[in-house]
Amino acid sequence: MISATDQFPPTNKPAESVNGVTVRLAGDSGDGMQLLGTQLTNTSALSGNDVATFPDFPAEIRAPRGTRAGVSGFQVQFSAEEIFTPGDGLDALITMNPAALVTNIEDLKPGGILIVNSDSFASKDLKLAKLEENPLDGDSLNGYRLIEVPMTQLTRTAVAETKISVKLADRCKNFFAMGLVFWLYGRDVEPTLRFIDAKFRGKEDVALANRLALMAGWNYGETTEDFASTYQVPAADLEPGTYRNIMGNQALALGLVTASQISNKPLFLGSYPITPASDVLHELSKYKQYGVRTFQAEDEIAAVCSTIGAAFGGSMAVTTSSGPGIALKGEGIGLGLILELPFIIIDVQRGGPSTGLPTKTEQADLLMVMHGRNGESPLPIIAASSPADCFNVALEAWRVATQFMTPVFILSDGYIANGAEPWKLPEVDSLEPIEINHPEATDSPFLPYSRNKQLARPWAVPGTPGLMHRVGGLEKEDGTGNVSYDPQNHQHMVETRARKVQKVAEVIGDLEVDGPDTGLLVLSWGGTHGACRTAVRTCRQAGHSVAHAHMRWINPFPKNLGQILKRYDQILIPELNTGQLKMIIKSEFLIDVEGLNKVQGKPFAVTEIIEKIKSMAT
Amino acid sequence: MSTDLPVLKPADFASDQDVRWCPGCGDYSILAQMKKVLPDLNVALEDTVFISGIGCSSRFPYYMNTYGMHSIHGRAPAFATGLKSTRPDLSVWVITGDGDALSIGGNHLMHAIRRNIDINIILFNNSIYGLTKGQYSPTSKVGHVTKSTPHGSIDQPLNPISVAVAAEATFVARSIDVNAKHLIKTLKRAAAHKGTSFVEVYQNCNVFNDGVWDYMKDKATKADNVLELEDGKPMVFGDGEKGIRLNGATPEVVSLSNVPVDDLLFHNETLADPQLAFLLSRLRYPDFPEPIGVFRDVQRPTYDQEINRQVAEVKEQKGEGTLKDLFASGDTWTVE
Repeated sequence: MISATDQFPPTNKPAESVNGVTVRLAGDSGDGMQLLGTQLTNTSALSGNDVATFPDFPAEIRAPRGTRAGVSGFQVQFSAEEIFTPGDGLDALITMNPAALVTNIEDLKPGGILIVNSDSFASKDLKLAKLEENPLDGDSLNGYRLIEVPMTQLTRTAVAETKISVKLADRCKNFFAMGLVFWLYGRDVEPTLRFIDAKFRGKEDVALANRLALMAGWNYGETTEDFASTYQVPAADLEPGTYRNIMGNQALALGLVTASQISNKPLFLGSYPITPASDVLHELSKYKQYGVRTFQAEDEIAAVCSTIGAAFGGSMAVTTSSGPGIALKGEGIGLGLILELPFIIIDVQRGGPSTGLPTKTEQADLLMVMHGRNGESPLPIIAASSPADCFNVALEAWRVATQFMTPVFILSDGYIANGAEPWKLPEVDSLEPIEINHPEATDSPFLPYSRNKQLARPWAVPGTPGLMHRVGGLEKEDGTGNVSYDPQNHQHMVETRARKVQKVAEVIGDLEVDGPDTGLLVLSWGGTHGACRTAVRTCRQAGHSVAHAHMRWINPFPKNLGQILKRYDQILIPELNTGQLKMIIKSEFLIDVEGLNKVQGKPFAVTEIIEKIKSMAT
Repeated sequence: MSTDLPVLKPADFASDQDVRWCPGCGDYSILAQMKKVLPDLNVALEDTVFISGIGCSSRFPYYMNTYGMHSIHGRAPAFATGLKSTRPDLSVWVITGDGDALSIGGNHLMHAIRRNIDINIILFNNSIYGLTKGQYSPTSKVGHVTKSTPHGSIDQPLNPISVAVAAEATFVARSIDVNAKHLIKTLKRAAAHKGTSFVEVYQNCNVFNDGVWDYMKDKATKADNVLELEDGKPMVFGDGEKGIRLNGATPEVVSLSNVPVDDLLFHNETLADPQLAFLLSRLRYPDFPEPIGVFRDVQRPTYDQEINRQVAEVKEQKGEGTLKDLFASGDTWTVE
């Protein structure tokens, strides 16, 4: 464990204290920008900052080198205050080539630090980036603190003693850039040195080269006259406790394993690889010591069907996917719904329709998970609001699934899945167990579709003597579960399944409001929580009467939602779609709602929401 | 599985539901033989699960007094895979048809087989879509006139046994709905096999494709058209008068009046190489007698064994995971 104050090595230059910093690292998709960003994030979290990240990478694994299409970026905000987003305008931009420079420069604040690898601005590099002129030559960058660093040359020199090939040496330049950034923000290099040793175990020369490159970058900052001082971001005032940095998909995996442990049900994951959900499969496949069985199915349909098979057998069953996969799973989910078996379906949303924007974020699957099945087929839906919230969402989803005997949808998105923030480790003893009861035979005949007060049917699992029964996709007779074509029975069963989902509202708690009871209410769901919370608080400080409510359960609605909506003169729903929650709210409550809608594959900037709030307030 | 099982009778396996197949359907015989087979397997009612897809055959689980799931079209092997992977203690049967298994569910059939999950897949092949009232199926012959092929089918049919062998099934067999004795024997063999057992049953649809397998059943023709496979035995048919011989790599029908039995092809179920099984699957009426019985029966680790072995081994290596360790994996820091 590392205390929050360690910093190695110490600098001799003065340090300027700042409240928070937003940095973006941009380079070729093969340049190791994601790795660099992750290290900077983890180190900043370890130094006690609040952090939030936004990785942004192309769908192609190795898009043509040096082209604009191949630019991969990673943005991180680290702060001494509580933050909810990875930041809007950049304080610093580090670019490894011309393409990364031209595609990111517009987000750099005036006067912001711009570090470029000046060795990658030869005419062939400019041509690849489709640039007529070298941007370093003209005056287009005059508004920024441009720092040109010949990173390629400096890295080659630094690693010369290892005698590794030039090709390998050039791969170390991201660690050089990392060293420089670490120096600039007073970050401790120790955790990254440890990371290098672990990652390159068995390749000692490569490990040494990367260590040398990292320290060369650090020393460059310490010696160059380009920087008079470093920037120090003090530790944030976080709640006491033990923390780790966590990404959304990791938190989902940990939440699922935890739910399995506290419900005493072995976890089964049926999944098919798809961006940006695959990391949940990768993570869970590492947890076999927790009894986790992962099944990489032949397709999305087999993934959900195997999940239902495992649920029938009495496991905690989960399937994970993204939009296109959820579309394929529709029929299977409908079966799970009519079987009334508990399992979890996770949709890590990405840009659509069709294949759409696999690596970009969007919230446009809401209506699909709400209504995208044949027949009357309501299901509970919970949406994660941040990377760390994914953990809680997994627990809540399993609690509801088992209490009400129903599949439950979890919505996440690409922004949450790959974004990271500090997560306070829960106290194991504070986790309330999830009680599950399987029936056993009694003297009376077994009725597989009898119901308790919550309208849940019994979860009788194969292997239980005397409870043999058949389930299936044909409509069932109430009570017996036998096939029934009776008109009144069908109406009764459709209504009963819907009422059961509505009853979930009794256990999910009320919707909470941050802010005043009158004026404008910003109503949000999912990954837009951070941007909305920040924008609303900023506007309130500026004197606007604006409140924020964030929905986690979208189906059913929290019981007090209608009352809350009535209190406000105006309601704004910002969504990364063309107005899906807005449509549901309007049809349910017959009220006027304003939307702020964006489908650019990017999360909201806080300023976009602030501007909208201000325009509505006047 | 329970240790001291009560002695079960076929009637114990009947559910309280009325069987609703068309009178005269071949499914009745398969259901009856299944009920005769199950009591001999020493598996309790509650440890037996039937999973089906969609189609006439897929109503089967409703008629069994076991656990059962009538799932969605073509996907039964996937449900069975999820169940058997997590509950290897159960005896899991998949009931499917030619449309269910080979058309909409072709992908799942292939993958269940190649994984060798320990389930028994019984494919009722009637070469027609019955429940949707008479369209051609993926096993219908070219030229078959049906509701959706008024000018005759132009689709090359799939050969179910060839498909299973190509996916390297560890157990492949064929039987006939009304050949009760043979069907019972074959189902028992399938149940005894560890791994995916694939059994094609020639089944008559007397409403939409009546008589499709008559050449295998009629007294006058069956001797010439049925080759009953027996492990280690020469391939003799036609009331002992004819046999199958290999001419190079090509099988041919020979008369035993001028060819000694020792020159015939001998069956070997346990060859690691699936080529003999594939060759046998290509023997089709009217050029050849069609084989029934076990084409292939070999051993390979099963998927359910392996997935649980990995879990057990990792638990052994790392110890049972605790939540405290789970949360604290990776770098942590403490805020006082």
